[in-house]
Amino acid sequence: MTSERVDALPTIEADRDELAVATAAVCGGGRRFAGLFNAPREDGRTRLEAVVHGRDGYSSVVATLPVGDRSYPSLSRLVPAAAWYERELHDRYGLRPVGHPRLDPLVLPRRDDGLPPLAFGHRHEPVVPDTTALDAHASGEGMFTIPYGPVRSGVFETVEYLVETFGEDIPRLRSRLHHKHRGVDVRFEDLSPEDGVLLAERVEGTASVAHAWTYSRAIEELTATEVPLEAEHLRVAHAELERVVNHLESMIRHTEGSYQAVANARLAVHKERVMRLRSALCGNRFGRNVVIPGGVQGPPRVAPAEAAAQIASIGGAFAADAKALMVTPSFLDRLRGTGVLAVDLVADHGALGPVGRASGAAEDIRSEEPYGTYRALGFAPGSCRTEGDALARQRVRVDEVQESFRLATAALEAVAAIDRPSWWRPVERVPDGRALAAVEAPQGELLYLVEARDGRLTRVRPRCAAFHNFALFPRAFGGDILTDFVFIEASFGLSIAGVAG
Amino acid sequence: MPWITRGLRDGIVTTRYPRRADGYADDFRSAVTVTGQPGPADRAGLQRLCPTGAITVERGLEVDRGRCILCGRCVAARPEVFAYEAGAETARLHRRLLVTPPGPDAVALAATVRHQLAERTRRFGRSLHLRHVDAGSDGSEEWEIAALTGPIYDIHRLGIFFTPSPRHADVLLVTGAGTAGMIEPLRLTHEAMPDPKVVVAVGTDAISGGLVHPTYATRGGVADILPVDVWVPGSPPSPFSILHGLLLAMGRLRAPQEVGRA
Repeated sequence: MTSERVDALPTIEADRDELAVATAAVCGGGRRFAGLFNAPREDGRTRLEAVVHGRDGYSSVVATLPVGDRSYPSLSRLVPAAAWYERELHDRYGLRPVGHPRLDPLVLPRRDDGLPPLAFGHRHEPVVPDTTALDAHASGEGMFTIPYGPVRSGVFETVEYLVETFGEDIPRLRSRLHHKHRGVDVRFEDLSPEDGVLLAERVEGTASVAHAWTYSRAIEELTATEVPLEAEHLRVAHAELERVVNHLESMIRHTEGSYQAVANARLAVHKERVMRLRSALCGNRFGRNVVIPGGVQGPPRVAPAEAAAQIASIGGAFAADAKALMVTPSFLDRLRGTGVLAVDLVADHGALGPVGRASGAAEDIRSEEPYGTYRALGFAPGSCRTEGDALARQRVRVDEVQESFRLATAALEAVAAIDRPSWWRPVERVPDGRALAAVEAPQGELLYLVEARDGRLTRVRPRCAAFHNFALFPRAFGGDILTDFVFIEASFGLSIAGVAG
Repeated sequence: MPWITRGLRDGIVTTRYPRRADGYADDFRSAVTVTGQPGPADRAGLQRLCPTGAITVERGLEVDRGRCILCGRCVAARPEVFAYEAGAETARLHRRLLVTPPGPDAVALAATVRHQLAERTRRFGRSLHLRHVDAGSDGSEEWEIAALTGPIYDIHRLGIFFTPSPRHADVLLVTGAGTAGMIEPLRLTHEAMPDPKVVVAVGTDAISGGLVHPTYATRGGVADILPVDVWVPGSPPSPFSILHGLLLAMGRLRAPQEVGRA
């Protein structure tokens, strides 16, 4: 059976040399740069695709590079948010953005032979690790560097920072991700569309539901599968509980760093209770094996009414603790004015999720791109703030946790009200083509670009919010000192697995 | 001063495990087990059910929990052959002991490795200091390890602490499939620790690479980089399973569950 190639993403074709100008022009018209992806074509040429998002949804600007030529004029000068994407494509695929302001290695070490592992769209030899230290960039009298990572004390994901300082101030911060880089998206290419969802859950393990959902939405769009309403409600319930624990994790780190021992312990108990509720609902503490293409795996394992009662209990305790915490001076003093991200910088970069919403970028995919049952459940976008500091990010998260508890309860009640529920619809054989899907993950917009041929996945590119936001991380240190580091890092809610790929 | 009374509000929330059984730990679905042995004609199909190759049929039907990511495909497709097993005591002291049903030599092997480890770690006494290194995890294992220091699990009551220096560490907890970039830092951390030392592979990725292996940047687990002593399966393992692994390393369990129920 042959069918038309499915491609639902509106696309503007551009000449290679015009890609930067065309993308900048599109972004200038009220759209936000959302990512740069490449796709090797069968004829040996490379398609380079800039995805943007605006009021009319997602669209892309595409250029095709000639055979044997992997260079193109860099987008970063006109669209600064593209800088990290170009570094990543350079590291992994050897695409060379001419005129890039700083093409340092990001997710892979520099190789002497100049051959990146995915240069021709095929897997090459294993990466040769780079064990040399990050070199300092800033210089001057009394300037020295403090390496932090890859191995850090405490329980952290691996990342390498280099703090360049005169003693207390942090005029410059550099980071490197290649220690943690797994090349995880490459693994999709060996998997069937049904198995792909299992890998999606492990791209960013702390946001498994969001990843499974986004991946499944892309498959459902390719196959034109209509998901049952009750399955969509259950997806919302799990996704919102996932948001709750991610936001609680950020607050736990804040209270730990500011020595709020009681608040820290209370929040840790709330988080564990939500983790246990999730495992009661589906058998897995991270909500894995719930979302599958076509719907959800099955009914909740506890009665929705019982789950709703538990949410009410946890939510009430959280609300009381949050109220006390947000008037505790010794806590607020550590966060206020710390790690400020300027509103115009954030607008320019298109920062995502709570990081964006604390600096005036109100966008939330749950209301921008109605998916799931958010509209029916009366989702009210949280407060958007403009102070841009760690405290604003904490306030945004406190509000969102309460709205998430409400949404999860409402979704579970809606599930309970449906007679003879059906949990999934069979998914047809995946046709040739590609689809882009998005959801609002705990840390912001999560994108999946999925391509399939002959019923198999040929290319899956997840784009985590943490990757997009992480580029702003070094920009949040203006005027801050070493002891502020923990708050800036925790308030960004970074998942290094999601950043490093 | 609202925090003083607030801190007393819920009384004691900490588990009594291992002194007393814990209901959540006992009911938690932590493993897949084999409950029936179908005929040989059926076996190839069973193998194909597993996305990580945990099901093998060469020596009779076996599930390797070191490869299992608990996706439940096999249980859903063939409930008369596979079943979830409740109970969080899934850590083992030998890679082969993760295979279920256990082989004929499993009891003897378990006794031997337990004895050897006890000999080596006698000096730990009742106090244990931990160091964690992430070698390419998906981030979920870190949450479960960090939960151990929270009020519910509170490993401090058992004399277990995280230490900021490898020089004070007795145990190295490793997560992730072993990325190329972490091989050297992992070796250096291990080297910097004084003897005796114990390496715990936390999670299916650390044991076998799970679903994220192989790529150009990941290995199939950390066992070819470091000598692993304790294996904690799960994707990710629950905090109770990780705690079980630590107690095994200390020889602190009165009746060690090391072979697994057949």
